Amino acid sequence: MNWPHGPVPLEVRGLVKRYGELTAVAGVDLTVNTGDVYGYLGPNGAGKTTSLRMMLGLIRPTEGSVRLFGQDPMQSVRALQGVAGFVEAPTFYPYLSARRNLELLGSFDGGDARRRVDEALATVELTGRAKDRVGGYSHGMRQRLGIAAALLRDPKLLLLDEPATGLDPAGMRDMRLLIRRLADQGMTVVLSSHLLAEVEELCNRVAIVRSGAIVYEGEIAELQRGAGTVYRLSTTDDTRALSVARAQRGISDVRTEHGRIVFKAEGDPAVAELSQALIEGGALIHMLNPETVTLEDLFFSLTEGAPPVDGQPADAAAVPESPAAATPEASP
Amino acid sequence: MPTIATVYRWELFKLRYQKRTYLGLGACVLVPIMFVLAIHFRGGGDRHGDFAFSSYLDRSGLAVPLVMLLFGAVWLFPLITALVAGDIVASEDHNGTLKTIFTRSLERGQIFTGKLLAAATYAIGAIFLAGTVAVVAGSIQSGFNSLQSLSGTTVTAPKALELVYVSLLVYLIPIAAIVCIGLLLSSITRNSAAAVVGTLMVSLLFQVIGILPGLGSLQPYLLSTQFNAWQGLLRTPIDWSPIIRAAWVCAMYGLPSLAAAYLVFLRRDVAGG
Repeated sequence: MNWPHGPVPLEVRGLVKRYGELTAVAGVDLTVNTGDVYGYLGPNGAGKTTSLRMMLGLIRPTEGSVRLFGQDPMQSVRALQGVAGFVEAPTFYPYLSARRNLELLGSFDGGDARRRVDEALATVELTGRAKDRVGGYSHGMRQRLGIAAALLRDPKLLLLDEPATGLDPAGMRDMRLLIRRLADQGMTVVLSSHLLAEVEELCNRVAIVRSGAIVYEGEIAELQRGAGTVYRLSTTDDTRALSVARAQRGISDVRTEHGRIVFKAEGDPAVAELSQALIEGGALIHMLNPETVTLEDLFFSLTEGAPPVDGQPADAAAVPESPAAATPEASP
Repeated sequence: MPTIATVYRWELFKLRYQKRTYLGLGACVLVPIMFVLAIHFRGGGDRHGDFAFSSYLDRSGLAVPLVMLLFGAVWLFPLITALVAGDIVASEDHNGTLKTIFTRSLERGQIFTGKLLAAATYAIGAIFLAGTVAVVAGSIQSGFNSLQSLSGTTVTAPKALELVYVSLLVYLIPIAAIVCIGLLLSSITRNSAAAVVGTLMVSLLFQVIGILPGLGSLQPYLLSTQFNAWQGLLRTPIDWSPIIRAAWVCAMYGLPSLAAAYLVFLRRDVAGG
């Protein structure tokens, strides 16, 4: 697909990876546009890393295609022009220093990459440890060196797999700040993670993957809007209020939770009509609080429960229909 | 743009930081010295055995590298070669660095070729280092004297020295096949120890087949036999037939191994690391 300003940074269509009987990735479709900070979310074993490896040309897809700025990474490494990143923990030659590792990778990149070594080390604050062997580096330092190695390529698209995993709270904060800074500089970022707070803070769009298939793709704000607002209600007669609420139009998912009535409403008019009905039914309102659904709530509702059928989550009724939502092929 | 030469230079640079490099090169220095010390302490009167140039060990130091080539073929030089050839791809798996280098601006074929050239360079360096140490140590012990060829003619010391180095070159033909087999096992097993030991085992297997009764007709076509091809140079006139046979027999073993290694390297999924 060609956009007015050239090919999109990342376009994945019908991506499948099978290992014998096991389907690791089951028909992933996604599009990452220029300037996106795109969260690729899913529980462990959902196929995130396998997908990322295919996006970087490390694994041959069983079916489907990946296009990086319009080029297929399986055809030639030229497709990785302007693309950088790492999958799982970034890896280096442990017997070489950080500087030597970056010089080697810069040489493998060609162009000006090798001249950017100092700048990249400074960006990730490893200048002082640049002469130390990477074998002695902590996990957090290696993660930062992984970012430095990616920056050598002066990327327009950065693919990062769980960049904050294994970091202490300060390291996670620093990593988030670094990614935010890179995104603010205009870099398109794909961030695979299961740290929902990190994704919610950094990303404007997400794909949520479950059992190798995408169950939602689109903007986080749209996902939250579509999920509706959850309300908590307490009345003088909760038993009567429950039956009134269940009978009311525009009100759904009515249940009791921690001694309170919880429901979803299609909009403010539906809540107003419910209030009226409760008063007329003799259940006077003590408390009525709206609560915005968090990404975490949505993530769990999309990724837990029975496996998806035909690309739909088990509790699809509770999840918004996104115009961008994928309809992946079911695993055979 | 980065090229095969870029990979080659960095592979050689990486070899400088790996213990196994020095293990192999150390053996290339120590083995000839130990061999000469053994000659020295046994004294000139003792027989050194019944093999080519054995009677010349006390009379010319130039016999030392030739005897070393004879015995080194069994396991020493195949092992030294395998130390790097068997490790050069598998160590990337061990360190998980294939994914790091495959996502830069070099095609997999360029990376493979750079690694092949580095492994070959190491093998060439090791053989010539061992040969040179043997010449120097042997000459100190037994003198830089003329040598008798396998045809019984006398070869002057300078000419013998030239023949020693040409012999080392011919010795590289089966060594090149070992490099290819090592690369194949390194690419397939993804495990350094398995690839190094496996390469040595392949070499030893040929030796075993060579001594099995009833399999004498296979002898000219065994990889182990080609390690003796250099002896053709030490005849008057030079007998080129074992050298020519070594070239095609080794190609028969080496080229399919190399092609298979190349394809495995090119097509493999990098799912680990």
